[in-house]
Amino acid sequence: MRILTVIRQVLNAEESVRVKDGAIDLSGSKLVVDTMDEYGVEQALRMREAAPGIEVVALAVGPLRCEEALRSALAMGADRAILVEADGPLDAIAISGVVAQVARAENAELIFCGGQQADWDSHALGAATAERLGWPQSTWTNALSLEGTQLTGKHDVDNGSESFSVPLPAVVTTQQGLNDPRYPTLPNIMKARRKEIRRESLEAFAVKPRLKFLDAEVQVRPRLRTTIDGSNAPAAAAQLADLLRNRARVIP
Amino acid sequence: MILVVADHAEGKLSRSTFELTSAAHQLKREGPVTILVLGNRVADVANAAAALGDQVLVADNPALSEYDPEVWAAAVAQIAGEGEAHTILIAGSRSGREYSPRVAVKLDAPLVEDAISLRDAGGAIQAEHYTHLARVTERVEAEGPVVVVTVKPGSFPAAQPNASPAEQYDVELMLPQRRLIVTGKIREKTDRVSLNEAEIVVSGGRGVGSPEGFRQLVEGLADQLGAAVGATRAVVDAGWRPYSEQVGQTGKTVQPKVYIALGISGAVQHLSGMGKSKLIVAINRDADAPIFREADYAVVGDVKEIVPALIRELRNTGA
Repeated sequence: MRILTVIRQVLNAEESVRVKDGAIDLSGSKLVVDTMDEYGVEQALRMREAAPGIEVVALAVGPLRCEEALRSALAMGADRAILVEADGPLDAIAISGVVAQVARAENAELIFCGGQQADWDSHALGAATAERLGWPQSTWTNALSLEGTQLTGKHDVDNGSESFSVPLPAVVTTQQGLNDPRYPTLPNIMKARRKEIRRESLEAFAVKPRLKFLDAEVQVRPRLRTTIDGSNAPAAAAQLADLLRNRARVIP
Repeated sequence: MILVVADHAEGKLSRSTFELTSAAHQLKREGPVTILVLGNRVADVANAAAALGDQVLVADNPALSEYDPEVWAAAVAQIAGEGEAHTILIAGSRSGREYSPRVAVKLDAPLVEDAISLRDAGGAIQAEHYTHLARVTERVEAEGPVVVVTVKPGSFPAAQPNASPAEQYDVELMLPQRRLIVTGKIREKTDRVSLNEAEIVVSGGRGVGSPEGFRQLVEGLADQLGAAVGATRAVVDAGWRPYSEQVGQTGKTVQPKVYIALGISGAVQHLSGMGKSKLIVAINRDADAPIFREADYAVVGDVKEIVPALIRELRNTGA
């Protein structure tokens, strides 16, 4: 069985976001594998460890620099990687067209995607890919196991969580709690350098962007930043209560 | 027509449906604002929807008693196709954001996710939405005979009721088999107001010290204020609080009138879930905590002393 795990390269959350000429400027910023995607790689590796005969393929759709992110997935233990080179920003509906075609060509039976992208904050890639393939999906998955051709697990829904079972082939989107992604060991980092990253061009997939990105602006909400000295607790409490009641008028 | 998919639970329209309807009206695109109600025994919900839209389509069907992404996507795509909808508005809830991509693919339409503003720009839809952990506001344009949009809860005012109720029409659906079989459910239960609808949210981080400290300080203050309770990821990971209370990138996004952060340092992932709150109050011992850069009222001090004093102060003075 083959598992496809989608990797996205995003700005490290600790870095500040810059906008230049109405677009996100990543030059000189530290880029990392989207944390959400690491859960997918880890889960695929655990499945491979539990059931021999599974191949784990990491897939990225993005600029050439995404090779670095794929290298991280290979260092965690993925068997090989595919980079579909795309330079401009592509929305999730467009990317899902690429992921679905790769899944078909690779005869993948299970696809992992992050539940929410750390850059475009999108939730759509997993579900859109599942729809293109005619597969079922589980989103926001935080527990998962494979028995034969059946996945069982737990995931979050509106107002709570559910345990579920779903047959393969399927798309699973991941989230915090699914597992603790491993750190690559030095020998595995060395080994990863020799693993294959196959490069393909976006043109071969005939997808077109479905959204036009017009501009972006870093959101700064001005805050009052009124500081209250808390060394005298009753006085600080009285001052805060007074501000909430009489200045902000948010409590009666 | 503009198709609004009603969001409802336990026989009631959720606030999102009111917001979606006002978003639909202010878009001023051609055709009636049509509210689609999917569910089983949803007469009450349909009647409530009739007070908002220009017309209401009701699919009252036992096969729709429980939500499923494939079933919902098939239903919405079918109705949108038959009614020649050019715009489909869906609540930006967990479920809405889960099935809407399938609708977009079925209709070969672009998808705008989590819009906070919408306008018609000569046949295309321009929308703003947050990106990069809600630190950036981006403007996108979606063009096509059909556009699918999810709308971020809390971004539009609630629609006002019609003078007289809209017509209701029953619709028949061809629904697919469910493939994701639900074997158990855990309902989030809280006696308090829900995080998404609360005007005041009191949240706690590691700085409250312990599960017991959380109960006394965070729940104590929340109960005094009639507020919802939130938590940081660290507190949820430590097992002090359920995931349903987590606010941040991997939890819930809230934008209440007042957000009170107790013993929270303010990691960027947490800020992305509450940074749009109208007023932010932070109480923390560490004067350098990043949360203070986002705070309107910053109390530098020990939460274990200040919060009990605040609860007493509020109780004695009437809030």
